[in-house]
Order: sequence, then structure tokens, then C-alpha cells
Amino acid sequence: MRIVNTSVRKKDAMALVTGQPVYTDDIAPKNCLIVKVLRSPHAHAIIKEIKTSDAKNLYGVECVLTYNDVPQKRFTMAGQTYPEFSPYDRYILEDRVRFVGDAVAVVAAKDEKTAEKALKLIKVEYEVLKPVLDFRTAKDNQTIVHPEEDWKALVEVGGDRKRNLCASGVETNGDLDSIMSNCDVIVSETYHTKAVQQSMMETFRTFTYYDTYGRLNIVSSTQVPFHVRRILSNALDIPKSQIRVLKPRIGGGFGAKQTVVSEVYPAIVTMLTKKPAKIVYTREESLIASSPRHEMEVKVRIGADCSGKIKAIEINTLSNTGAFGEHGPTTVGLSGHKSIPLYTANCEAFRFSYDVVYTNHMSAGAYRGYGATQGQFALESAVNQLASRLNIDPVKIREMNMVRQGMIMPAYYNEPNNSCTLDKCLETAKKNIGWDEKYPCRDMGNGKVRSVGIAMSMQGSGISNVDKGSVTIKLNDDGFYSMNIGATDMGTGCDTVLAQMVAETMECDLDNVVVYGVDTDTSPYDTGSYASSTTYITGTAAVHASNELKQRILDVASTKLNVPESDLVFDGKVIRSIDNKKEITLKDIANEDMCGNNAVLEVTSSNFSPVSPPPFMVGAVEIEVDKETGHVEVINYEAVVDCGTTINPNLARVQTEGGIVQGIGMALFEDIIYDNKGNLFGTSFMQYKIPSRLDMGKVNVSFESSYEPTGPFGAKSIGEVVINTPAPAIAHAVYNATGVWHRELPITPEKVIRGMIDLEN
Amino acid sequence: MISIEEYKIVESLEEAYKLNQSRSNQIIGGMCWVKMQNKSVHTAIDMSNLGLDTIEEFDDCFKIGAMTTLRALETNERIMEFFGNGISESLCHIVGVQFRNCATVGASVFMRFPFSDVVTALLALDAQVQLHQKGIVSLEDFAKMPFDRDILTHIILKKQNIKMKYLSLRNSYTDFPVLAVAVSQTENGVQACVGARPQRAELVKDQGNILANGITKETAKEFAEFAANALSFGTNPRGSAEYRKHLCKVLVCRGLLALNGDDENEN
Amino acid sequence: MRIKMNLNGKPLESDASADMVLLDFLREHECYSVKRGCETSNCGLCTVLVDDKPILSCSYPLARANGKSVTTLEGLQDEAKEFGGFMADEGAEQCGFCSPGFIMNVLAMVNEFENPTDSEILNFLSGNMCRCTGYEGQLRAIKKYLAFKGAEK
Repeated sequence: MRIVNTSVRKKDAMALVTGQPVYTDDIAPKNCLIVKVLRSPHAHAIIKEIKTSDAKNLYGVECVLTYNDVPQKRFTMAGQTYPEFSPYDRYILEDRVRFVGDAVAVVAAKDEKTAEKALKLIKVEYEVLKPVLDFRTAKDNQTIVHPEEDWKALVEVGGDRKRNLCASGVETNGDLDSIMSNCDVIVSETYHTKAVQQSMMETFRTFTYYDTYGRLNIVSSTQVPFHVRRILSNALDIPKSQIRVLKPRIGGGFGAKQTVVSEVYPAIVTMLTKKPAKIVYTREESLIASSPRHEMEVKVRIGADCSGKIKAIEINTLSNTGAFGEHGPTTVGLSGHKSIPLYTANCEAFRFSYDVVYTNHMSAGAYRGYGATQGQFALESAVNQLASRLNIDPVKIREMNMVRQGMIMPAYYNEPNNSCTLDKCLETAKKNIGWDEKYPCRDMGNGKVRSVGIAMSMQGSGISNVDKGSVTIKLNDDGFYSMNIGATDMGTGCDTVLAQMVAETMECDLDNVVVYGVDTDTSPYDTGSYASSTTYITGTAAVHASNELKQRILDVASTKLNVPESDLVFDGKVIRSIDNKKEITLKDIANEDMCGNNAVLEVTSSNFSPVSPPPFMVGAVEIEVDKETGHVEVINYEAVVDCGTTINPNLARVQTEGGIVQGIGMALFEDIIYDNKGNLFGTSFMQYKIPSRLDMGKVNVSFESSYEPTGPFGAKSIGEVVINTPAPAIAHAVYNATGVWHRELPITPEKVIRGMIDLEN
Repeated sequence: MISIEEYKIVESLEEAYKLNQSRSNQIIGGMCWVKMQNKSVHTAIDMSNLGLDTIEEFDDCFKIGAMTTLRALETNERIMEFFGNGISESLCHIVGVQFRNCATVGASVFMRFPFSDVVTALLALDAQVQLHQKGIVSLEDFAKMPFDRDILTHIILKKQNIKMKYLSLRNSYTDFPVLAVAVSQTENGVQACVGARPQRAELVKDQGNILANGITKETAKEFAEFAANALSFGTNPRGSAEYRKHLCKVLVCRGLLALNGDDENEN
Repeated sequence: MRIKMNLNGKPLESDASADMVLLDFLREHECYSVKRGCETSNCGLCTVLVDDKPILSCSYPLARANGKSVTTLEGLQDEAKEFGGFMADEGAEQCGFCSPGFIMNVLAMVNEFENPTDSEILNFLSGNMCRCTGYEGQLRAIKKYLAFKGAEK
């Protein structure tokens, strides 16, 4: 391969590093109204009265909107494709507020200062209601978060709003109870992970305007342009044909922008005023009213025989979807579907059950890992505990039980594991970290102990039978290709990765492929960039489109040269007959195509996949614990990944490093603390600390690439799997240093000390 | 966000002082903290033109101008030669270089933030503050004084035979400290200053002469225990009172041993 | 309030409100490389140079920049391309939103240190947040850039 599997620069790299104005706020018209949202100070309340006249009378205020001014039609902000699993449970504005930060009113003014002033002039009288703040008490609580009659689930997912249930379900395979009861050892534990924040550097932001044709144009930092179109059509109650969505460069997403967090506000302002409008979320808004990870409590039971063979796994997950159900019914599934299959080898039975509950916290959403992170923290920790109980090396217990290539995975929709080097990943991680020398720990003196920990992970590559990606490739004069995609590059580099696949297939230079996306009017449909789908799902579409276009070029050449197609060879620049007697350049074909013919040298291909091949990885960590202060220092993180063929090894490496460091933050200090009124403590980067470059030690990435037969050039996904191992690996290492299992994240120094004190007593 | 009606770069301290007598006016240090306040200010008073951004060395002291940035203090070689790397250590965790190029020592000291690293360090160095009206006051006294409309112009570090070690525990590297500790050996004996309890930093002196016969592992532990019992601790999301008390014992003990040159125990 | 400064090598005079911070002024004057990632001086995205020192333009009172020389990435395009090329070669710009502030501080660091150690690099840049890269790629880029600049000398 010439271009695939090489580390070319991202196509947008030089624009980004030279600071070109390519992001939403950089390109917004200067005359945009500035939109601000008045937010609820209460976790649960009814708006008895809302007086907006003072605000409206302020010079420079264009409009002040309340629940009286918005369509009374419920919708979901979850950017998911048909059939939508998240319930339709919100209005743009409502007379009921369901979390601290929920939208109460929308103001649009000529500038930010005026808008801020107007917010202060709105007088709201609330009837404060009792909130549900502890998700463990949400089900069948007297307080009902969604008492409204027009709450609607499009897909039956076991929800019951009267019980605060967004979704619930149970799946069983084999006779779990009898197999469990015959096991020699059972580990049964409960794990708690919190609603950590994606914290992409660019907060949510959108601007909107009407175009020449009277259509509402939405320019937004989003991962899901086509879903934005549908959701706004639902929210504004206008036809989809009246909406066009454009995605400029995105300053990071990690799933946060798979929810339509900011779009509705400027959109309704523009719809009602006909004027361009813009909203830029503050960091505070991005932390209090957004789309973080679902808080989950995962109960795990593992049954094994005394040799360490894992025979039975039971997982019960309680997920907190917050005030609204965005991604609630779907994230929870991954806590079981992407953890249990890791231990397919000897597993004879499993049960996976779950409840997803409404509470008066902000709505959760999609965050890299999407439930798998939470489930794997639980299961991987429990497996480490099992190893410890049986006095078996935790690497060995995995070698005995892990899923291997060729196995059918009953807990993963019975998919076959067609490409998997998890065994090699484990071997390499073990070697790279120096497991045999370092496990479990070494005393460094001065109260400091160095220890190691390990965890495995899997994710998916797109959503099987659901996600659809499309690519249009067109041959232009002089023979360059333009590729139009509906997938959204959010910094991950998919524009480049897809172009690499096209250039590889068309046998041309990467510079000969230009990329454009996304404009819902012209881009081919794509479900969007989430669920680790783009490289695998859209990538396959790119290969199909390229092959088809190549075929059409050969058709044209065949006619022009009067040589049967089977006797022609295309080397990327020239089409030659096998006997070398006749030839025509691609340039000539392209230029002659501009006149006097009916050929269409443009191809759109779409792709979905009946399977979602899991990427795998192993993370091994070495930490140093200060047993007197509880401080945990990450020394070294060895990440070994099987994402199939790495289309762009540099970008795959950086994805991995970024995911690991996010995972380290979640494991050690990114904390979500609410007070008893439902106020969040971490409302800024001063209080919600994400890792700096001093907090991460050294991250070392290796690849053990399998070859996925259904993927483009053998590729699987990379984006999400990389965030999952740090929490269980670090928790394991802390146990190996201190003898204490931490089952709640983050593992702060205080918790480490408390654990040690409790252990002594 | 703060809103400001007028921005005045003053020509003299007297002018600053006069303006500062109005409650609706406010002195602007580095603006890093001030801008986060949700209030309206009539006149913002900027003293950046008064030559207060330098560290002057005299025979008997260093005078640190109130507008000296945290970064300038952190990297001042003469200060480091004289007082060791304790001051630097107290500053280097604060957000980042760019922040420390903005934030001023004067504002940090004047505000007496309970989480302040630099106040903790300066207290252990027996620093004094020079106030426009009240003159020179020990930082220890100043730390206990209520806020008023006087102006802090300098921080004075007397040249004395002094050693200081600074230790802190943070949940992440650039976060506020869960606890900040500075221990020093001065001509008047050993003292420990403990900040971020999360109340304002306070000094504990060796009144019981626990360390009179020198710092050993035993006496260090005893003094740390004494200090932890002498101080009060509180709970906030970064840590509980109980944990802070525990940390106080660990860090004071380590600091003392570090003073003794037993550097391997330094945090 | 009347402001005079030298912006990216050119004199500039303009009116502005008294409570404006440098960041908003710079974006108003088409220095779009300057980004805001937080309101609490924690992210480093807004880093620019005032009289060659890296500062947080989100916190820097515009009035204080009066008479000073302000440099943004728009004024350092050659340097941005040169160092940025090393970032691009690592894939370490990713979403790129933090890149301008980061590069400004890297260039400031290079002015301050001849041959910074890894630890000096990490400490100097600890106030530059990045959520995409996990920082390792940035460090690789810096080290390769320093080696390249060292060899040039």
C-alpha cells in the first residue's frame, strides 16, 4: 500500500497550526444577534410567572422567548439515526425546569453585554419542587421527572416515565443461576462511575441565518449534521426541507456534539426574527447544561472454577440519564455488550439487566466509550479481583479466558470474532511494562510504592445494521478528484483518512483528492461521526465509490480507445491497453468529459454493516503511590491496540494517547460533585480539572494489527476503545500498591488514604 | 463577568489611594481573579505605571513591588539564592506560565485567598507588607486583618539566616492545593505555615520547644502532630477536614526533615 | 477609551470600552487565531505575547496593553508554519483549537530556554490544555523542532 498505512499530514493541518479562521465563531457574520439562555437556579421547579417586559424594553434587545413562544411538540436532542431510541421528552423551553442550568428563557440582543443585562431583567417566580438527585432512589420515586402526558418513546425500550424509567431490559444466555451456583468462586461487587465531561476545547456553538431561498441555515460545531436537521425540524415544527446544516472545523467533540446542545436557541431566534443569530456557550454552560457521560452503578457477579476459568458473568447496570433521555436507552447496552464478550472463551452463561432512570441532573449524552467505559471498569476490576482471590496472575487469568479470533461472541449479538489480536496485545503490554519484574509492586522507600495494573478493552466499529456512511467522488477537469462526505471530521482526521483510502484506490497522490464536508444540502447522507464508525463504515463507502468511479473511467477509456475494458490498465494517471499500443491520460479523459458527452464521472456509494467488528486493546500501567499522602503518580502507560490496519498510524497513535489521558483524568481526579440542592461544583476548568501535561506520566502506544475482512484495507475503529483501560488498570495498580480496591471513580488521594486506614482497622 | 465604567492608569500612589477610597472603585492586579467577579466597578485602578513591578535588593531586605508578577518572583535568581527554591515551588503549580505572567504578587497577598500558595510561603519567611497608609506590617498580622481600602505597595523579605521548604498536595498538578505547607527555620526558631486548610494560612511556632534539640524523625513527627492539633481544618470538595489534618502531619514532618537536609523525604 | 498599540508589527489605534480584555479586542481586529476555552484563566488557548512575554489575553486588561507591542499567531506566520509542520508531522494538532495558544507559548519557551529538558518543557507548557492529543504528540513535535533548530545553528 502506498498511502494507506502511512502517516501523512492531516489535510487541514497547516490551516489549523497557523491559526486560520475556520471554526464556527471565526466565520459567523458580524451582525449576528447574540443569543443567551437564562438558566434555572433550581433542580426541579415549575415556572409560576415569568416577566420579560423590562428585558424586552432594553435598547438593543431583539427578543425574549419563554415557554409561551416555542412549539409545544416534544423532541429529543440525541443525535441518533432512525429509529430513534431516545424518548421525545423535551421542549425548547417549558414551564417546568428539571435541573440546575435548564433553559428558562432565551434572549437575543445586539451584543453580549446587552444580552447579559437583559437576562438580569427577566423576573421569574418559581414553585420549587422536590428534586430526585440520587439515581439509586429514582425508580418509583414520589417525584416524577416527566409527568407530562405527551412524553413519547418511538421505540419500545422498557421505559415508563411514571416510574422515572427511561429504559430497562434484561438479556440472558444459558442457565446463569445453575452455572453460577456450581462455580467454585464468585466475585460480586458494585462499581460507580460518574458523569464526567468531554471538555473539548471548543465549547458548543452555532450560528443561524436565512438564505436567499428563505431556508434556515445552521452552521454548527456538530458531529451529526443530518441529525441536527431532523432534530431542528422536530423542535421548530418546520419541514426538513426548510433547513440546511453546515459543519465547519470542529474544536473537538468526543461525543458531546452528538447531542444537539446549542443549536435550537439561535435557530428559533432566527426563525422568529428572520435575523442572523449566534450562540457561543461559556465553559460554565458547557459544564452545567450539556451532554456528559452517564453516571452508572454497575453490579458484577463473576463465577469461576478454582483454576480460574470464568463460567458465568452477570451484569446489572443502573444508569442515570439525568433530566432528559438523550442516549439513555443506548449507552447502557454497551456496559454489558462490550464487557461480557471480552471473556467469551469459557463463559457458559451470562445475564445482563439494566434500568436507566431519570433524575434532576443535567441530561447525560454520548462520551467516548459510551457505556463500555463504565461496564469495563466494573468487569475488568472484578476480573482482577478474581485473579487476586485465586492467587493467579491477572495476565494469566486473561490468557485463559479472553475472547480470541474465530470465536462466536454470544454476548455480542452472536457476532463472529473475525479479526482479533487481543492475545498479542496482552503479550506485548506485559512485555513493555515489564510485568514479570514489576507485578505486583516494589517498595521505593519513603512511603512510596511502585505497582502495576492491567486491563483489556473492546469497542465496536459503527452500529451494526444501523449506521450508514456515504461518499461521493467526482472526477474534475485535469483529473483531480473531489470527495464529498457526510462524516464529520472533529479533529480526528477523518477527512484525511478517507482521502487516503480514495487516493490508494485511485492510485493517485493524496493531493489529487480534495475533501468537502459537511453540507446537508449537498453531502451524501451519513449518520455522523460517532460510535467509532467513520473509518470502518464511511471508509468502506469511500473504497466502494472509488472502485466504481475507476470502473466508469475505464468504461469511458474503453469507448475512446476502442479497446475492451478487460484489456485496459489504469495506473492512476494513464489508461493503457495491455499491449501498450494505445493509451489515454486521466487528464484527457477528465477534460474531454467536460463537453459533448453524457458520461457521469461521479459516484456516490453508501455502506452499512451487518457486523460491528470490535477493536481491542490492552492497557498496562505503572504508578507510584505515596502511601502517606495517597497521591498517585502515573509513571508509564503501555497501550497496545488492535484496530486492524492503521490507515494513518500517526493519527491512530494520537487518538490512543488522547484517549488514555482522558481515561487517566476520569480515573484519578475528574470529579462530579453535586450539593444537596443539585448544584454542580465543577462549573469551570478551575474546579473541574482535566489532565495537564504534568498529570499523565509517559504514554507509549504500540499496535498489534489484525486484519478485519469486512473493513476498508482491513481496518477497524480506534476512536473510543482507547479511553476504557485507564480506570480499571489504575484501580488495579492502586490495589497492588495498597491492598485496597477502589470501586468508585475518581480515585483521589483522600480515597486512597481512607481506603488504607479502613483496611488497617 | 466584571463590568468596568472607567479604566484609570494612575500616575501616583496618592491618586490610587484617593480613588480607592470609593467602594465602587477597585484596584486591578493581574485581572485573573478580578475578572471572574460578578460585579460593576466604576473606576478600575491600574498601578502598572508606578514602577511597582520590580524586585529591589537592599542590604537588609528584598522589596517586592505589588505589581511584580508571580512569574517574575518565581524566576528571580537572587531570591532563589537567598531563600532557596521554596518560593519557586510555591508558585510553579499555579495554572501555567502565562497566568503567572499576569497575576501579581501584591494582589495575591492583598486578597489573602485561603488557597493561596504564595501567602503560605511568604508567611513562613516572616514577610512584611508595606501599606500606603499604615506603613509596614508583618504579613502574619496583615493576614488576620479585615479588608480595608488601604493599598499594599510592597512585600518585604528581610535578609536573615533562614531556610524554608514548601510542600503541597494537589489532586492534579495545576489544581489548588488540598493543603499547602511551608516550614522554615529562622533566627527565632522553627515554624510551620499551613494554608488551604481550606481557611487562610496560619503560622504555628514551636512554643513547646519540641525541636529545641534539633530536628529528628521523632521530634519532626511530634511537632507535626502538635501543628495538626493546633490548627483547625475544614472540608470542601477538594478534601475533608480529617484528610487535611492527616496531610498536615505528613507534610509538616516531611518539610522539617527536608530542612534538615534529609531531602529524600521531600514531596 | 483610546488604545494605541503595536499589533503584529503595525501601529494600531482604536476605541474600546474600559472593561475590554485583550482577547476580545484582538478578535475584533481579525486575529481569529486567539481562542477562548474558558472564563477562568485555566486553558491557555488565548495565549499571546505582550512585549514578548506570553500572557493570557482573556485576563489582560486592554488598557494595560496601551503603548505595548502585542503579537498573535497572525504575526508569526513563518514560525507557525515551521513549528506547525512538526506538529502536523506527528498528527498532533488534531482539532487544532488549542494549537495557536499552544504554539505561541512554545515560541515563548524557545525564547526563554536554550535547550529545555523534558521537565522544563512540560512545566512551561502546563497551562496549555489540550483534550485531543494526550500531549505526547506535542512533546514529540517540540523535541524534533528543537533538534532541527539546534542543527540549524
